[in-house]
Amino acid sequence: MNEEPNQAPVSIPEETLQKWEARGVSRRDFMKFCTATAATLALPMSFIPRIAEAIDDARLPVIWVEYQSCSGDSEAFLRANQPTAADIILDIISLEYSEVVMAASGHQAEKSKHDAMEKYKGKYLLIVEGSIPTGEHGAYCTVGGESAVEGAKKLIANAAATITVGTCASFGGIPAAAPNPTGAVSVMELVPGAAVINLPGCPVNADNLTATIVHFVTFGKLPATDRLGRPKFAYGKRIHDNCERRGHFDAGQYAEAFGDPAHRQGHCLYKLGCKGPETFHNCPTVRYNEGTSWPIMAGHGCLGCSEPNFWDTMTPFYRRLPQVPGFGIEATADKIGLGIAAGTALAFGAHGVASAFRKGDDAASDHVKKEK
Amino acid sequence: MANKIVVDPVTRIEGHLRIEVQLEDGKISNAWSSSTAFRGIETILKGRDPRDAHHFTQRFCGVCTTVHSMASIRCVEDALKIQIPDNARLIRNLIMGIQNVQDHVIHFYHLHALDWVDIVSALSADPAATSKLANSVSEWPNSGAVYFKAIQDRIKAFVGTGKLGPFANAYWGHSAYRLPPEANLMAVAHYLEALEWQKDVIKIHAILGSKNPHPQTFLVGGMAIPVDPDSQNGINADKVALIGKLLKKARRFVEQVYIPDLLAIASFYKDWAGYGGGVGNFLTYGDFPSDNSNNPDSFWMPRGVILNKDISTVLPMDQEKITESVTHSWYTYSGGDDKGLHPYDGETNAKYTGPKPPYQFLDTDAKYSWVKAPRYEDQPMEVGPLARMVIAYAKGHPEVKQVVEFVLGKLGVGPEALFSTLGRTAARGIETLLFSRKNEEWLAQLVDNMGRGILEVHNGEKWDPSTWPKEARGFGFHEAPRGALGHWVRIENGVIANFQAVVPSTWNAGPRDAKGQIGPYEAALIGTPMANPEQPLEILRTIHSFDPCLACAVHVLDGKGREIVRVKAL
Repeated sequence: MNEEPNQAPVSIPEETLQKWEARGVSRRDFMKFCTATAATLALPMSFIPRIAEAIDDARLPVIWVEYQSCSGDSEAFLRANQPTAADIILDIISLEYSEVVMAASGHQAEKSKHDAMEKYKGKYLLIVEGSIPTGEHGAYCTVGGESAVEGAKKLIANAAATITVGTCASFGGIPAAAPNPTGAVSVMELVPGAAVINLPGCPVNADNLTATIVHFVTFGKLPATDRLGRPKFAYGKRIHDNCERRGHFDAGQYAEAFGDPAHRQGHCLYKLGCKGPETFHNCPTVRYNEGTSWPIMAGHGCLGCSEPNFWDTMTPFYRRLPQVPGFGIEATADKIGLGIAAGTALAFGAHGVASAFRKGDDAASDHVKKEK
Repeated sequence: MANKIVVDPVTRIEGHLRIEVQLEDGKISNAWSSSTAFRGIETILKGRDPRDAHHFTQRFCGVCTTVHSMASIRCVEDALKIQIPDNARLIRNLIMGIQNVQDHVIHFYHLHALDWVDIVSALSADPAATSKLANSVSEWPNSGAVYFKAIQDRIKAFVGTGKLGPFANAYWGHSAYRLPPEANLMAVAHYLEALEWQKDVIKIHAILGSKNPHPQTFLVGGMAIPVDPDSQNGINADKVALIGKLLKKARRFVEQVYIPDLLAIASFYKDWAGYGGGVGNFLTYGDFPSDNSNNPDSFWMPRGVILNKDISTVLPMDQEKITESVTHSWYTYSGGDDKGLHPYDGETNAKYTGPKPPYQFLDTDAKYSWVKAPRYEDQPMEVGPLARMVIAYAKGHPEVKQVVEFVLGKLGVGPEALFSTLGRTAARGIETLLFSRKNEEWLAQLVDNMGRGILEVHNGEKWDPSTWPKEARGFGFHEAPRGALGHWVRIENGVIANFQAVVPSTWNAGPRDAKGQIGPYEAALIGTPMANPEQPLEILRTIHSFDPCLACAVHVLDGKGREIVRVKAL
């Protein structure tokens, strides 16, 4: 069957397609990328030509810095598929600085960073990975002899916008877990009021990162966010509400132990500590590694890794949540932001939970509208 | 200080590494390795549920993701005397096996290759001659002139935009680059292919463990991924087939691209078999058990110690002989900084005494790194693929011996060439090939278990903390891509009382100890000539040959940071 992209419901100018072909990107791949991006961003198909036009422009300068990080978000970026990391680096952005991939080291690397900051002042996109330690005058993390605190402040002040990748840069993450030995802070805590969009997750989902970059390139601004600075297109819905195992939860079918028959049959992981009911992220729909899987699909409960302070509020990870939304309490993203996994778990029978939830589902208490 | 050269940041690694070297008559006469960042995860672990530890420690590193999970899980299992089911052993071996393969290929092409490959030179290559070269070294199908021309055009178009991005300000045209343009173009093509390949083959982690980086499937006592041929929610025939396909893809790339490239590139840089030797002592914990006995004799990768490059004697490894020194690290010990401590008794008093940032030079006569200096019977040790291959080779391991001899034969060098920058890089390739083959055996064994109705993945007998002794301690180990990894835990009253990790890059990147003995990175740099002190290409070659991973290497502290109220889990 002939599926030429220009027969799609929206058309991209022939000239643009030819330009991409010259760069080694087939029409089909280019079209697929624009469509996938529109889908991730929840934009109507009519936006596809606009996306195509935007990324056709001169590549956006990007500076990617790492502070108290594990490079897991850089690695996640390397797993991106639509487009791939190579496509993004060669065709969409101009990656001026990235410690993981750049060829130059030492003062040559530092020069790349400073040159880009000066040359593209107010125009470059900054990506920050890892938290920033404020203790010991910044000596807990230095790059080229300069503290992360000073380096980050300069880069953030001169950027058009900053994207934080991963929970450490977004909310402090693991270095800021109690007792926060290094005084680690997030980007928003370091520079309150800066134009920042948070992409938490441990690690960030590569699809959400590429979609945010393309959104910025397309519209010249960052996507709409929730109270925590997270884009609504990726963090607007609770995992529990989109979970593929939700039916089992509603039916009162739970895995009681890892490896038991219910666990093998994919029943609800709530009793094994799943934090899906308190976590806002698009894992169930976007998944990871090109849509291959995500934690609940693979039989392990959600850790709540895109929520602030989850290392403190969601632990112990294998303890069941004391209360879940819909269970007679008002539960919104704002309230859940306070984090309340710890505490005494309510002991209730499976049947009780199920019936309570069926009631709860209809209650107006749940702020996320469900489609029936 | 006139001849002191600083490389900070060292890029194409994980974490924050700073190298300072002294240059005399164009050669490196002294070297200091420093890590300039830490987070304090071990301190954060105190008082927490030991079953959660692996989620925390996995975040030591997102590049060699999974490896700290493995070591943490094992130290808790060792403390609580838990035997894991056979399927859990095989799934762990598979996850670790593909991690080694994927991580090593990324290291070779994306972190290390640009030390040897000149991208700009590739622009002047003849695509037809490149095709001829490719066909002469491998059967890999992507080898036509049209293919190489398309790659070259893509790079030309990229360079033509005037925005070189991550390839700007590098060392192109440096006299130490020696490959002909065609070999450079072939390597650049495989750089891009490997970038595609790595994200595909690591889907095995997603299938077995939900995602990569940071899979979420390990459990104290086994694994969370169900095994059941009659369920769509676990490892069934369909998933086995997919894993099998990806393993084959992984092996083919290693056999037909990585190994031929490694041999082709190495043949132009044989003089690097004479540099970068290091301390000459090697240590492995051994790993990849072939049964559930916990007996080191059952490990596919053997355990042992070699001293002074003496491959005639492999000594037994005893973890009780490990200590960490902080004489030159930014920590203090209550019993004095000149005495090493075993990890079970490890102390965590951070004390930064370095220069206030911004600074130009570290005071390398005093304390100068956030990495401690681990020692085995007071000796610095190198860990990693070279240690594994040398110890297995010395022990007469048949698979290892065969591939080591094949590679040495192809390059026309003897076993002494292994103790070098080139040897370290070659050893990584050798073991990648071995892992890529072994993975398929482990999958076959898992399938065999499934066929016989063996579905158990988790031993939950000691899952409930009420079954635990009041006090317990355990040692967990793993042969991670970068080498011997050890975690030590003390559990008291159901929570973590102390947690210490001695990781591969701590061994390799560590600074001087109480006796002034230098660490492996430092030793490996001394004696290396530098063509241009402004362009530290030679330093990068040797440092990258170790595959540094600094976020892992730095740990343990007890700073005076901001206190936040901990929501106490009851």
